[in-house]
This record gives sequence, structure tokens and C-alpha cells, in this order.
Amino acid sequence: MKEQISEGSLSEEEEIYRENILDHYRNPRNKEKPESCSFQHLEHNPVCGDRIELFVKLSGSRVEESSFLGEGCAISQASASMLTDKIKGMPVSELQDMAKEDVLDMLGISIGIVRLKCAMLSLKALHKGLEQYTENNRKKQ
Amino acid sequence: MMILDPPHQHHSPQEHDGEHKDEKHEEFGERIRQDFPILQARVKNKPLIYLDSAATSQKPRQVIEALKKYYEEYNANVHRGIYALSEKATMAYEHARFIIARFINAEQHEIIFTKGTTESLNLLAYSLSKQLKKGDNIVLTQMEHHSNLVPWQQLAKESKRDGKDIEVRFIKITGDGRLDMGHARQCIDDSTKIVSVTHMSNVLGTINPVQELASLAHEHGALLVVDAAQSVPHMKIDVKELGCDFLAFSGHKLFGPTGIGVLYGRKELLAKLPPFLYGGDMIHEVRFEDSTFADAPNKFEAGTPNMAGAIGLAKAVEYLQQIGMENITEYEQELTAYALHRLQEMEGITVYGPPDAAARGGVISFTIAGIHPHDVAQLLDRDGICVRGGHHCAMPLMGVLGIAGSVRASLSMYNTKEDIGLLIAAIHKAQKMFS
Ligand SMILES: Cc1ncc(COP(=O)(O)O)c(C=O)c1O
Repeated sequence: MKEQISEGSLSEEEEIYRENILDHYRNPRNKEKPESCSFQHLEHNPVCGDRIELFVKLSGSRVEESSFLGEGCAISQASASMLTDKIKGMPVSELQDMAKEDVLDMLGISIGIVRLKCAMLSLKALHKGLEQYTENNRKKQ
Repeated sequence: MMILDPPHQHHSPQEHDGEHKDEKHEEFGERIRQDFPILQARVKNKPLIYLDSAATSQKPRQVIEALKKYYEEYNANVHRGIYALSEKATMAYEHARFIIARFINAEQHEIIFTKGTTESLNLLAYSLSKQLKKGDNIVLTQMEHHSNLVPWQQLAKESKRDGKDIEVRFIKITGDGRLDMGHARQCIDDSTKIVSVTHMSNVLGTINPVQELASLAHEHGALLVVDAAQSVPHMKIDVKELGCDFLAFSGHKLFGPTGIGVLYGRKELLAKLPPFLYGGDMIHEVRFEDSTFADAPNKFEAGTPNMAGAIGLAKAVEYLQQIGMENITEYEQELTAYALHRLQEMEGITVYGPPDAAARGGVISFTIAGIHPHDVAQLLDRDGICVRGGHHCAMPLMGVLGIAGSVRASLSMYNTKEDIGLLIAAIHKAQKMFS
């Protein structure tokens, strides 16, 4: 039964985990609080203690800067790092269309139903922040 | 890559100290394992290493067959039909109650079937709340599962609305995860009406001094409720010896089916306790204006009960009695000591709860420096190892421990040292990946 714990090389998924997710987890991109931003949103999952605060700065109709602060598991933190990278330069109109699948593609591993919440925390922060921002703008007009 | 340390491999028991005892012990787990079909199965072409029995236990073939037999041969509603089939089902259901009563040294009509510990505790909180008066208090502990916390907390909240102001107090835990009995003595006073404690913590593994708490509660005229969800599968329970007034547990953690549980209550107390659910089966006589209720336990079992569940649970109990609870405790204690030892000697691992296996059960919570419990659980799953990562339905306790969650490996009679060896190897591997 000892063959159970693979002794030699990592499986393909484990390799992705290591290179993709753990790299973003250990060296998160865009992990900072900006001086100013167009909107920000904090999402918190009390069940596992994951926290993501997302900041987005718009310039005209595009995302100029995006960053985050947070703590939690590798999946939640890596997906925030990847997401903030991905949306830079993106037209605002496309932010709303960012979907679950986009995040899963970036992560590159299969995520079980239980951990989907961890993976989607930053996307949820983005969508909620954007919604609030749009709402506020509408009120102002 | 890390692999098992050779001295701990199962196939070389002669390398152990006290080899004879070890061999006997290993055989025990191996033998029991044979009765559990799911443990023979392979998941993603790997054997299942199931270390989450505190969440739910696996089921022996004997229980699965009893359920099948019930549905194939004598399924009928109980207490209602006059025909032979219904009588057979009724007799089997009541016989199940008898077997379970004997298992915990209670009387047959002191056993109420519920759907699990959660329902048992809700029933109690609801029904006992009627007896509470202004200024009374309820004493719990910091290590309660949500199901022995939220019902009482909500009862107290509700009581504010009708001016009763029931207070809920929490006995503190010590640094090594035991109850602070000095604090217990401060919490329990003459206004205490209910003390409700877990027998074995589902996070720390701590076995609480129920007898001492029972004396303490009774000295002050309070009732003692025991949440035995985690202890019943692992040790002999005798409600008379424990001195408790009520005791709750779940069938699914006791090698029985899901959806069945038990509330034991002392008969004098059950006689006075009002019902929780109303409907069929629990009544004596119904008129349009009012009704009278059946005696306990039927008074508390409104509606068609979980007949198959009760029969399956009784089969699980008989199975355990054949093995002998003392033998189970002895085997698991050695296994727990071994697991604690292996984990404690690892670097970067913090183990919670009493360090001494004699004071605890095989629920072992730990954290690994730099790796979130969810990541640990997911990485271990890739090696076919099932552990829990998270707060284990004890969020306030996590706060006391100062962590968001832990990894929990929980042992049962079908686990072996080999399982633990694999767990350790998989943790090493996870640490390596995250390093
Ligand atoms: C100590 C304790 N109490 C209560 C429960 C609740 O049991 P159930 O979910 O079966 O109602 C559990 C199990 O999750 C537990 O470990």
C-alpha cells in the first residue's frame, strides 16, 4: 500500500499546483493597497477565514490598476493574484462577464464543489464592488 | 520525495518494540476493516484512507444488510397497521429501542429516536425552555459543537423578548484543551438550571469529566445534558454511571445509518417534559379543541419515524457489542498515542488538545505552519487520504485557539498504524510542496 504516496515525480495536477498556484500564493502579484481607486470591496468567508479586499482603479472605460489585500488558503490568494493581473487594461464592460470558468482556467486545476467558494472569493469581490460602483454612478446622474 | 519511515511500515512489525502486542493490535484494525465494504473500494485507483470518522463513520456490511432486509422483507408503517407486516416492523422498531437502551444502560422508554444529535439537542432546548424562569442561567463550555451552542444561545435570545433574561455561560478551556474545572465551579451556581457539555470534543479530542460535572450540576439543582456524539462510538457509555439526566448522539457516527439519532432522558424527567413536535403517533386522544399526548417516548416521536434507521442503528450496536467496547477503546487509545507521537515529532506541526492519549479520544486537530487547512485537506485528498480542514462546526472554539481552522484526522476502530504512516508521509509531501 505504500505506493499510495507517490515517491517520484509529481502528477501533472500537482505540478500545476506547485508552479502555478503556489507561485502566486508565495509571490502574490498586485498585493498592495493603492493610494486611490475607483472602487474597492471586501469579501470574507467566515467559514474558512479567507479574506480578499479588491481595489480597482478605472481610467475612462478601462481598468487602469487593480490590486488586493488578503489572507487565507492558497486557492483564494492565488486566484486574487491572477485575477488582478488579468483584469488590468480590460474594458469595464467586460468585467461583469468575467465568469467562474475564467477563474478556473487561470488556476488550471480541478476544484471541487467545496473549494469553489475559495476560488471565487476575489471574483465575487470584483462583481460586488463593480455593482456598487455602477449603482452609485447611476444615483449621481 | 518523502516516503514512510521503514520502522513504521506495517509489513515489518518485528522491528517494533513489544512486537507481540503490536501485531495483535494491527490485526484488530485489519480484521474490523474487512467488515466495511467502502474500505475495500479503491478511489482513483488508490485505497481509501478514511480519517474523518468524527464527521461520519463508515458502515459495516452487517448494517447495510439489515437495511436491505428491512426494505425487502418487512417494510410497513409502525404502530398503525393491524396486519402482520406492520406488526413485524413495529416489533423490530421497538426491539431496536430495547437494544440501544441496554447499550447505554437505560430503560427502553427512556430512548427517544430523533434524526440525530442536533435534533435531540434542539428538542431539549425547546422543551426545557418552558421550565426556565427569569434570571436562570445555562452553562455550556467553550468547546461545544454548534449544535450544542446555537439552540441554547437562541433560547436565551428569545427569552430576552419575554423578559426572562436567561444567561448563557461558557466554561473556559485550559491551554492544553481541557475544561477549567475551577471556572466550571464559578459558572455553575444556584441559578443554573441546565449544564450542557460535550463528552468528547470533536476538535480537541478532550474527554470531559462528565461525572464530576454531573455532581456539580446536581449540587446546585441543575440538569446535566451530555452531547455524546463523539464518545459513544469509542467507549462504553453507562448513563447511570455518568450520572447525566439527558444524553444525545447520532447513529451515523456510530456505524449506523444517517437520519437516526437518540435522545436519552431519565424517565421522571421525560414524563414532565412537554413535546417538541406535534402530529400523528405522539397523541393519546385528539378532539377539535384540544389533545392529550402519549407517554414518553412516543410523546416525542411525532410522525412516521425512521424505522429503517432505528433497525440499522440497533444492528450497528449489536455489531459493536460483539467486538466489545472495551476492546475498541484499548485499540484506539494505542492508535491515538501512536498518531500523536508521530505528529508531535514532526516539524512545523502544532497539535491541539491534551497531549496525553489517555485523556482523550482519537480526534486529532493540528495546523501546519504556512499551509492553510483547506490546502492540506485538498493535497491529502490527492493521495486518497480523507481528513477534514476547517472549523469543524466549532467557530467560537477556533477563536479561543486563535486560528481560523485546523486539519482534523479522526480515528476509528478500522484505522491502522499504516493509515497513520500514510498520513504522515502525505503531510511531509505537502510541506515539501509548500516549502
Ligand atoms: C460533538 C458533536 N456534537 C454534535 C454533532 C452534531 O451531530 P449531527 O450532525 O449528527 O446532528 C456533532 C457532529 O457533527 C459533534 O461532533
